[in-house]
Amino acid sequence: MEAVLFFLAAIGATAGAIGVVALRNPFYSVLALIAHLFSLAVLFLLLTSAFVAAAQVVVYAGAVMVLYVFVVSYVGSGHEPMLDPVPGQRLFAGLLAFFLFVEISAAVLSSALKALGTHGPDVPAGFGDPAAIGTLLLEKFLVPFEASSILLLIAAVGAIVLAGRRKQRETA
Amino acid sequence: MNISWYIVLSALLFTIGAIGILIRRSPMVILLCLELMLNAANLALVAFSREVGNAQGQVFALVVMVIAACEVVVGLGLIVAIFRRKLPLDVDDLRELRG
Repeated sequence: MEAVLFFLAAIGATAGAIGVVALRNPFYSVLALIAHLFSLAVLFLLLTSAFVAAAQVVVYAGAVMVLYVFVVSYVGSGHEPMLDPVPGQRLFAGLLAFFLFVEISAAVLSSALKALGTHGPDVPAGFGDPAAIGTLLLEKFLVPFEASSILLLIAAVGAIVLAGRRKQRETA
Repeated sequence: MNISWYIVLSALLFTIGAIGILIRRSPMVILLCLELMLNAANLALVAFSREVGNAQGQVFALVVMVIAACEVVVGLGLIVAIFRRKLPLDVDDLRELRG
């Protein structure tokens, strides 16, 4: 049962990722990314991390992707030319990516991490649920938690500064 | 399922995102491919957290999500600013900073 669910979610995630890269229209790319994110949430659930899965669906597939959809519909789906400006760009990209995949897989699988071939240790029932993550965030990782909230605030202000209208410059 | 399956899947997704960054030219799709790579890293973090049996890796994944949200907000702000100035949305044409 778990294996079936894993392979279904893995196929969904891979198909979504390929869709993001291969589809011409950026709007369809965003929709493919949403499918990819939902499949990843299933994988997170299989890894007994319920809170990360919920955050993935609510924050990522919900909020961030809505932002993408707004910007795509504002900017419009500009048509990328089909031809490569650099000859053989796709071929080189494919070769590089293939070697990258082989290298990462070999590096991880040939490492001395003995537990990689196992299912992972048995964990208590509350592993990765909101209470456990909240305790970790507010007790052990309080400073990173606050720092990330300040980072989000700075990013929001920065986006307004970048994308906002500049009246003085437009009239000048 | 063995944890190594998750790690190999994460490597595959990271690679697909890297291909996208190498071959696409719309800045918006490049941002989407960056999201793919960040999510692949997230999958690896959560898988390693499960392998060790320690939930601290999931906090790492949440922080990566925060970073991804910041990156999206700033990147989309830049794209809107590029669009407002009626510049082409194509990373091959936006080469003023090239040395």
